[in-house]
Amino acid sequence: MPEIIQNPPLLMCPVGDAAVELQFGHKISKKILNRIRAVAHVLEQQPFPGLLEFVPAYTTLTVYYDPWVLSQHGKLDAYEELMLKLEALLEQVQVQRSERARVVELPVVYGGSYGPDLALVAEHTGLSINEVIRLHSNTDYLVHMIGFAPGFPYLGGMDARLETPRKATPRTKIPAGSVGIAGAQTGVYPISTPGGWQLIGQTPLQLFNPNRDEPSLLQAGDIVRFVPIPESEFLAKKEASA
Amino acid sequence: MSLTVLKPGLLTTVQDLGRKGHQRQGVVVGGAMDKLALRMANLLVGNDENAAVLEITMVGPELLFEHDTLIALTGADLSASINEQPVRLWRPLLIKAGSILSFGRPVLGNYTYLALAGGINVDASMGSRSTYLRAGLGGLEGRALRAGDTLAKEEAKAESVLLLSDLLLHPKTDSPFIEASWSPEPELLPAYQPAPTLRALPGLEFNCFTENSREYIWQEKFKVSTQSDRMGCRLQGVSLSLTEEMELLSTAVSYGMVQVPPQGDPIILMADCQTTGGYPRIAQVITADLPILAQVQPGGVIRFEEVSLEEAQRLLYLLEKQLLALRQAILYKLHQS
Repeated sequence: MPEIIQNPPLLMCPVGDAAVELQFGHKISKKILNRIRAVAHVLEQQPFPGLLEFVPAYTTLTVYYDPWVLSQHGKLDAYEELMLKLEALLEQVQVQRSERARVVELPVVYGGSYGPDLALVAEHTGLSINEVIRLHSNTDYLVHMIGFAPGFPYLGGMDARLETPRKATPRTKIPAGSVGIAGAQTGVYPISTPGGWQLIGQTPLQLFNPNRDEPSLLQAGDIVRFVPIPESEFLAKKEASA
Repeated sequence: MSLTVLKPGLLTTVQDLGRKGHQRQGVVVGGAMDKLALRMANLLVGNDENAAVLEITMVGPELLFEHDTLIALTGADLSASINEQPVRLWRPLLIKAGSILSFGRPVLGNYTYLALAGGINVDASMGSRSTYLRAGLGGLEGRALRAGDTLAKEEAKAESVLLLSDLLLHPKTDSPFIEASWSPEPELLPAYQPAPTLRALPGLEFNCFTENSREYIWQEKFKVSTQSDRMGCRLQGVSLSLTEEMELLSTAVSYGMVQVPPQGDPIILMADCQTTGGYPRIAQVITADLPILAQVQPGGVIRFEEVSLEEAQRLLYLLEKQLLALRQAILYKLHQS
């Protein structure tokens, strides 16, 4: 049975002059994920003029709006209009029980030039390199959202013992397929891009390909499993997907 | 074919107003760094505001036009010339067949926009023609222009035909181009400066910064680093810090957001910025000032000035009203002649 939220305990905070961040809490949880998905569903079903798009994240949903349209070309207060529209929609939100998730296996070469920060993560966490690999690949991860870069999955469920802060200065270039850790999060870089994550390995699969029917390999709600593979298998798989 | 790239320049890409509605899949909005200059370039040649144009970066290309073409140049002053005769920005221009458009010293700003009547004809990818280099999306094969590339334009609209016939009324000369005798009023043009004050709203983590940092952000000058690009404008100046260390959960981020990584030098996210990020947000540059921000050259100096949300939106409406006025003035002019 769907649960009806009477008074969703959320905060709405303006972000600049054309966005608002809906905050549902401060900790990653499946309950919050389902709640965010329910709000996203209502926005998708009942868009209003001036609603540009929305981006769900771990504990937030950011709504981008066009102040010029919402203010009716400067006649009304755009933010007040937005609040009225959002509050009316939020009253209709129903949280569905989550459906059975799709499981996607991602082969990964850990360490070496594929994961230059593996030793640093081991040192920071006080674990051996093999323990880091075992803990990282022995978990079912939930895809909370796709963001940061095309097809980039934000994964929930990482073993707390692997927590390592981001790099103080982001790298200017990270190869596609890199698997990394940032704080309590782990993820995979789908395209070559700058970034501040600690890199522990690399997958030969393409997480984003605009020429595929579904450009993003992963979708929010999927379950991801990392499978350690040797370098030879990585090279063979990489060649096959090129 | 409409034009041939003789020299590509530093970074010349096809851009429009961006890829909208795909941030949920992690696909950035992107599009022109200076969207006001892009919109004005399109208006000046009679295009839809979102038509694809060339974004020219710092060191411009050399482009050979094969037919008489109605064009407009807006944005940065990169010393544009046609067959080595200087041309002015911000006005319709008929470039004659066989002429070469080239650029020289960057005088003010980073990005010049070249609109062709009809717009550049490339395939849209995920709803936009804008080039997103990191994912190889849009534009010409998802990449910057190279020597030898040729570009076609789409069929011009009625407004373009009127603008063109207006230019053809000018007396015949040997000049490789004919400039319109009019251009928008100077107060309608963006006030680019090498060292501007950018208006901004406090970011969501503003109160997590130390008292000193909260003062510095509104008082100090920050230098734009040479490492800046279409993704981020890296600043150097006083170091900013949080009252206590925090690891934030990633959330949606956008163009104009000022983030502070742990080393303390702020980064302003630009047009090709990621869709989500996790560094604390100290401020957000208002939408109306993004064109000014985009045109600050590396080595330039910026300051931030706090404004309210109401003021930020009022300034945006002012800009939209000016664009409307410009569009109406052009239409009026055309129906007069």
